Amino acid sequence: MSDKNWQGITRRDFVIKGTVATAGLAAASVLVPAQFAIGAQAKVKVGILLPYTGTYAKLGTNIRDAMMLRFAEDGNMLGGRPIEFVDIDSEAKPAKAQQLTNKLIKKENVDFLVGPVHSVVGMAMVKTARGDGPITVIPNAGANQLTGVLCAPNIFRTSFSSYQMGYPGGPAMVEDGHKRVVLMYWNYGFGKQVAAAFKESFLPAGGTIVKEIPTPFPKVDFQAYLTELAALKPDAVYTFYAGGGAVKFVKDFAAAGLKDSIKLYGAGFLTEGLGAAQGDAAEGVRTILHYADTLDNPANQRFRKAFKKTTGTNADVYAVQGYDAGELILRGMNAVKGDTGARAEMIHAMETAEIDSPRGKLRFSKSHNPIHDVYLREVVKGENRVVRVAAKAQDDPAEGCSM
Amino acid sequence: MELSFYLVQLLNAVQYGFLLFLVASGLTLLFGIMGIINLAHGSFYMLGSYLAYWLTGVTGNLWLGILLGLPITLMVGYLVERFAISFLYKRDHLYQVLLTFALILIFNELQQILWGSDVHSVAIPSLLAGSFQLTENQSYPVYRLFISAACIAIACGMYWVIQKTRLGMTIRAGASNREMVQALGINVNRLFAFVFSLGVALAGFAGMLAAPVDSVYPGMGENVLIISFVVVVIGGTGSIKGAFVGAMLIGLVSTFGKVLVPEMASVMVYALMAVILLWRPQGLFGRAA
Repeated sequence: MSDKNWQGITRRDFVIKGTVATAGLAAASVLVPAQFAIGAQAKVKVGILLPYTGTYAKLGTNIRDAMMLRFAEDGNMLGGRPIEFVDIDSEAKPAKAQQLTNKLIKKENVDFLVGPVHSVVGMAMVKTARGDGPITVIPNAGANQLTGVLCAPNIFRTSFSSYQMGYPGGPAMVEDGHKRVVLMYWNYGFGKQVAAAFKESFLPAGGTIVKEIPTPFPKVDFQAYLTELAALKPDAVYTFYAGGGAVKFVKDFAAAGLKDSIKLYGAGFLTEGLGAAQGDAAEGVRTILHYADTLDNPANQRFRKAFKKTTGTNADVYAVQGYDAGELILRGMNAVKGDTGARAEMIHAMETAEIDSPRGKLRFSKSHNPIHDVYLREVVKGENRVVRVAAKAQDDPAEGCSM
Repeated sequence: MELSFYLVQLLNAVQYGFLLFLVASGLTLLFGIMGIINLAHGSFYMLGSYLAYWLTGVTGNLWLGILLGLPITLMVGYLVERFAISFLYKRDHLYQVLLTFALILIFNELQQILWGSDVHSVAIPSLLAGSFQLTENQSYPVYRLFISAACIAIACGMYWVIQKTRLGMTIRAGASNREMVQALGINVNRLFAFVFSLGVALAGFAGMLAAPVDSVYPGMGENVLIISFVVVVIGGTGSIKGAFVGAMLIGLVSTFGKVLVPEMASVMVYALMAVILLWRPQGLFGRAA
């Protein structure tokens, strides 16, 4: 399969099947059972539901490309079977999520489901897939509920929960000497969860929230809030913004001259993968995330090189999460030698997997959420450099999960 | 909070209002004068921003980028009018909605193919890159003031062209009685193609000017589309003056709404629209139907 084949797949509402098999072209029929076909193996169907248009397009593309890279490294075989992709643009639209998930499950009969980026899309997707649905790997969506009240044996996540995103921030800021802090975030489910987790650790650590400023999602007019921030004169501000909003916030914050008097912190999305767009405005901004470009481990160096080579762009945390999603599926399928019928065995192999991820050691909790180190990073010369480990083996409380 | 705080917020409000007017002016031209509901207005804004990003990258200068970008947006507008919109003048508005919605999808896809899905930004030209101190810890970028000045210039220019020139007169006449103007020997097709191109170029110009203060990202057009319609509806369709007043009102209400009643920030603008429409269904400066 050439790079071109799957990089150009972005048509709206069209399902494009990336046929990967080199063997089996002649005999490949979906009806052939997994291990018993003579001469050719039935393909494993991997359904992908990621956004390739809109604000989250870049995230979706990076996740897919990195996952494909991981599969390609093993010859595009899962437990000895070739892979067939069914790739759908989720457009990050919650209203379409259930219908598209159903299409993948009922019409396409996929064996694995990978997606999405957007938490609300994730809620609809997991509600549809949990239980009897295909083995589902979430490579980004962070809503706590996905591995909380909605947890299920067939649902895995390789990214993070919003709790894990916000919680390590509190002690990290206090340790940096910032105790009077303003909290600013996009006022929707995920933003609120991150802010709540931040407060949960920040207040007991001795910090004070000067003011909490939730701003309308996904609006990017920050000028009025920045004036308010200037008037409040806190030591620092902790924020949650992502994508275009993050670029605008960091630039507006710098343009308002606030960088000298107020230290800017945020959940890692604030600067992740946005270096080129933010430029000098991001210098010195500190963020908290389970990945950093400069992480000094062999897996990361190897991955960054390979990703750059196949896609021409630099890897970021989203790519890492996609790469690990690919790894997790490989672990499951290799453990059962491609027999998708051996579901319990496959799930067991996946939940006990210990992965040498580019982010460092990656394990999974009882609720199938990642346990990983979380880093405090600072932008230096356009790069997110590790300052220190903010939390070792950060887990998630998995509230409401009875698994 | 001290008085200076409110003065700075007032500045923010007016500046935001100018930006809104800049974005909405092209829409009111098409919607009000030509009677076209152009849902793709946001896409033309996005096109402008991406052109500014691309051409500034190529030429190394925003002004050159705008100079090269404007003819491109004019041309895009002309082609869209000739090959799509012109077939629908006599049809119901719903056809225009359908067509221009399709244009949104097409332009989003083109953006994806041409420029990819990264978030980009455009550097502020060095001449205007400075800022001045407002309060003890907040400063204000000069470029934002420049945008305001550009908006005033455009507002005056549009008002002058439409109200005071022969061209403006034919545009207004063509909008209210197409057949009569045609009978008088004026080529209405060419006229409308020109006005549509102008509307698209205005949206594109807004996108180009705003590119350095905004970020350039996929889906940015949809963000400005709705608020532009709110401006036009509040001001009254077809009224440049109305769009200006509407934009200022929204700037004020939205900015002070955020500060004074933060919980209601996202609904303030729509509440304002509802109140105005209850009071004057045709909008502030619209002609009663």
